[in-house]
Amino acid sequence: MTGTSLITARERALAVLGGEPDDATLRRYLHGIPGVDAVGLEQRAAGLGTRSIKTTSKQWALDRIIELIDLTTLEGADTPGKVRSLVAKAITPDPADPTTPRVAAVCVYGDMVPYAVDALGAAHGDPDDGLISVAAVATAFPSGRASLEIKLADTAEAVAAGADEIDMVIDRGAFLSGRYGLVFDQIAAVKEACRRPDGTSASLKVILETGELVTYDNVRRASWLSILAGGDFIKTSTGKVPSAATLPVTLLMLEVVRDWHLATGQRIGVKPAGGIRTSKDAIKYLVTVAETVGEDWLQPHLFRFGASSLLNDVLLQRQKLSTSHYSGPDYVTID
Amino acid sequence: MSRLAVPKTYKLYIGGAFPRSESGRTYEVRSATGAFLANAAKGSRKDARDAVVAARSAVGGWAGATAYNRGQVLYRIAELLEGRRAQFVAEIEEAEGVTRAAASAQVDEAIDRWVWYAGWADKFAQVAGNANPVAGPYFNISVPEPTGVVAIVAPQDSSLLGFVSAVAPALVAGNSVVVIASERFPLSAISLAEVLATSDVPKGVVNVLTGSPAEIAPWLASHADVNALDLVGAGDLDWIDLEFAAADTLKRVLRPEQGPDAAAPALGRIAAFTETKTVWHTKSMK
Amino acid sequence: MSFLEYAPAPESTSVLNLRDQYGLFIDGEFVDGRGTPFQTISPATEARIATIANANEADVDLAVAAARRAYDRTWSRMSGRDRGKYLFRIARLVQERARELAVAESLDNGKPIKESRDVDVPLVAAWFFYYAGWADKLDHAGLGANPRSLGVAAQVIPWNFPLLMLAWKIAPALAAGNTVVLKPAETTPLTALIFAEILQQADLPAGVVNIITGAGDTGAALVAHEGVDKVAFTGSTGVGRAIARQVAGTDKKVTLELGGKAANIVFDDAPIDQAIEGIVNGIFFNQGHVCCAGSRLLVQENIHDEVVDRLKNRLSTLRLGDPLDKNTDIGAINSREQLDRIRELSDIGEAEGAERWTAPCEIPENGFWFAPTIFTGVQTSSRIARDEIFGPVLSVLTFRTPAEAIAKANNTPYGLSAGIWSDKGSRILAVADQLRAGVIWANTFNRFDPASPFGGYKESGYGREGGRHGLAAYLAPAPVGGQAAITRSSRAAVEAAGSDAAAAAEPKPRRTRAPRTPKATTKGSKR
Repeated sequence: MTGTSLITARERALAVLGGEPDDATLRRYLHGIPGVDAVGLEQRAAGLGTRSIKTTSKQWALDRIIELIDLTTLEGADTPGKVRSLVAKAITPDPADPTTPRVAAVCVYGDMVPYAVDALGAAHGDPDDGLISVAAVATAFPSGRASLEIKLADTAEAVAAGADEIDMVIDRGAFLSGRYGLVFDQIAAVKEACRRPDGTSASLKVILETGELVTYDNVRRASWLSILAGGDFIKTSTGKVPSAATLPVTLLMLEVVRDWHLATGQRIGVKPAGGIRTSKDAIKYLVTVAETVGEDWLQPHLFRFGASSLLNDVLLQRQKLSTSHYSGPDYVTID
Repeated sequence: MSRLAVPKTYKLYIGGAFPRSESGRTYEVRSATGAFLANAAKGSRKDARDAVVAARSAVGGWAGATAYNRGQVLYRIAELLEGRRAQFVAEIEEAEGVTRAAASAQVDEAIDRWVWYAGWADKFAQVAGNANPVAGPYFNISVPEPTGVVAIVAPQDSSLLGFVSAVAPALVAGNSVVVIASERFPLSAISLAEVLATSDVPKGVVNVLTGSPAEIAPWLASHADVNALDLVGAGDLDWIDLEFAAADTLKRVLRPEQGPDAAAPALGRIAAFTETKTVWHTKSMK
Repeated sequence: MSFLEYAPAPESTSVLNLRDQYGLFIDGEFVDGRGTPFQTISPATEARIATIANANEADVDLAVAAARRAYDRTWSRMSGRDRGKYLFRIARLVQERARELAVAESLDNGKPIKESRDVDVPLVAAWFFYYAGWADKLDHAGLGANPRSLGVAAQVIPWNFPLLMLAWKIAPALAAGNTVVLKPAETTPLTALIFAEILQQADLPAGVVNIITGAGDTGAALVAHEGVDKVAFTGSTGVGRAIARQVAGTDKKVTLELGGKAANIVFDDAPIDQAIEGIVNGIFFNQGHVCCAGSRLLVQENIHDEVVDRLKNRLSTLRLGDPLDKNTDIGAINSREQLDRIRELSDIGEAEGAERWTAPCEIPENGFWFAPTIFTGVQTSSRIARDEIFGPVLSVLTFRTPAEAIAKANNTPYGLSAGIWSDKGSRILAVADQLRAGVIWANTFNRFDPASPFGGYKESGYGREGGRHGLAAYLAPAPVGGQAAITRSSRAAVEAAGSDAAAAAEPKPRRTRAPRTPKATTKGSKR
């Protein structure tokens, strides 16, 4: 899969901004975007959360959730063995049911990419073709507190090792102190570092770490900033701070993506990550996507769940639907 | 050697001016002993119409003034009235045929009533309003606001006190009023209008009509630009017809009261000419 | 298949245990009515639900007499604490039977189950909880110490929020110590009758609440009844006007909650996505059968096109259909009569030159339906900008400055509610000050709470429901001199006993006469 080329993104940003992406221009632009009323946003999200998805719709939703999962392990204790186990689960989520679809990607730290690529073997590829991507977190994940050189090296190394997707973190400190130009430049530079020698590029997911941005206005501005700078995806969270993905935050990011699409025709992906553990919750996200940007967005190159325990809950629900009785945790595998 | 007195011409008070009735009519006002006192203007439906226009145009400024300012303006009326106390005592004594002590008591009570209501201007909203603890992330507050234009049939058996008792509470919240004075005792009302004209009450906030309440009141009761109707002094009129007519535009109606306690000072009289407005706003740190 | 179509998710009707026929609830029991019974139907299918008794004047007499007896013998003598406990009981029973009430409401009214389940019924319980706590605190209601109850309250309610309007009426009336005769709307009597069963479960003393069903003539007879001390009506301005005429010259205290044509004002700095939701919620909530609906969208001219485009996109995701389906956003229009009115006014809007846009949705074969509709290019002089449509029809107008927005918003005989959308606090507060409406929602719309007073300016009625103000509407100050409450009948009893105490306690005399016959009868309690 290829992301948009850097040149195009930068040109588009210049056109949208009407000037160089420096602090002042970006500030003018981002602070000119309509505000967000938190209460209204949360009410809308809660309303979407009351949709009742039953029978055939639920079957479809469960399979689609699996196909949209970035099956993730991001622990200091990760080992090649752990990654191989994760990959096996990604390829065969439910050994008892061969109709179970595969997940979209496995998401690991950069140094684990070679093991993931190796373990995937022939299953490695574009999830839109039913294969599994390798996503690597990079840029001094999760804090992002490192020099740009290190972030770029982190990125380039993962891409060179075979990562198809890079999940970078923005510099929240820079964002919160108004240095929007710096945030923009770093995203653009990381995007550049995603390029491969053959001219293709790894897809870039930009993690906003919404729990640290705190306000919805900040989330909205950071979303626009990330898209302007060339991100292919905007992603809520690292999963490493207490407040991870929420439905209102995801709805808000989907609204930005919808407005960007209306303005430019370009489709940007959204990835809520962290905290989504149940099928019931994940279905709320599917509903929110479908009713905000349309169900076209429910494809691996436009929507992902960053999750680990979610998969097993979906498998339990799947088993319930196919057998008509409740299953138990010993009937799904641990990874 | 007695000096030949200069009698006063009593006219209407509309929009801060003292016009004669557009109808050109007057009627004789006589004292309790039957002596001629003055020719009062006999207001017509067109005078009532003009008074409503004046009152409507005054609503914005008066309602928009700060409550502190309204309180000061109402208190100023008491000050001026105190200064002209002797005039009002003499007028009432003559018109009502009461003792000087009784007339003095009426004037004193009228002055004190202005003072009492003036003090409410910047407190009433605190007593009648509320912060409402709704079950959600909202700032929610209820405040009383003036109803708008209030038409009043003043108590008919009193020169000054009844008039003041009906008018003052309607002004507290910021309404403008059109008052039909006592038909039999109209002179103090017009003298009071002279006080108002020289006080800080903006023109049009109080408009005084003299004449026949039976003739004028129906026009006010049915006037679409009148928001409320105080029938306190309408007990001897066909007031049910007035309330009936007021229903056409769903005016707020206060029914007649009689006796010495009519329009007794009460918070309820202020509240009767207010609308509770409740404002919600979302509340969030995010 | 398309995911967005969502498989049907109907709420089960098995929780319902409906009778085939319902009588009048008088003096604690269901009794036959003497009028010709009528059917209540589901507006979504036109299928019959149950046969409902029809109260004639004699039945109204019985109900008022029962309420009077209960007032004199029981309710007015009961301590506030015990009255409160009955209300708490009722609140709990409503919670316990919430699902059943929600299903019955959606069945009978046509509103989406998600609204009856998440809005109407929870608010009903909240209303009883709120006023339950007031029953023994009446000294703090704002009328001074020892306020007195009024006596028998006649309450006539509309079909748009059948059970919620019942709660708005009954809860404060009982808390203040009054007894009640309530008439639900003829198209939506069902939940009121289930509520009567709840009152039996609560062991509320007989006659404290009487529920009589029937059409407009029943309501008119109730309002006109001489034994009634208080009239509370929610419904159309036309009927409210007739009631105001009917009570002219009587001692009856009245509150009227009538029609509206609310402006929803959207400034160019509004939080736009939430404003769109607020506009949708403002006019399409409950199919627009809401007196405070934001039926006039006043949008700043420089964002008009953007707002309308976003609105159309959003409306295209609304799901119209089976009210009992948990995913339904837009339910059925309550009656054929109302549907005809919506159609008629919409056709007038089109004929007057406004541009009509209708959300693409499939209209079911049976039942009464009207797809969400927007009119753009509406002028202030258009009928659809002035008349209350009471349906899912939005009229879009523009303004250029805050002053113009305020002038247009206030340019109506109504004054019930208004909305303001802006990120600028000082402007919101200033505009809220200037709007002549009883409820202002800033950056939100159609929020209700038992603690929050609700009611209109001008022809939207008078009096407030909700909060301390709503309680005060069922109370009068203690009589001058501090005598105990003297009611019509207890006074008669004292007089009959040969005492002159009643005369001494008589409030200031006032010339009253028999009420005049109104020119219009109180036909229907249509909103």
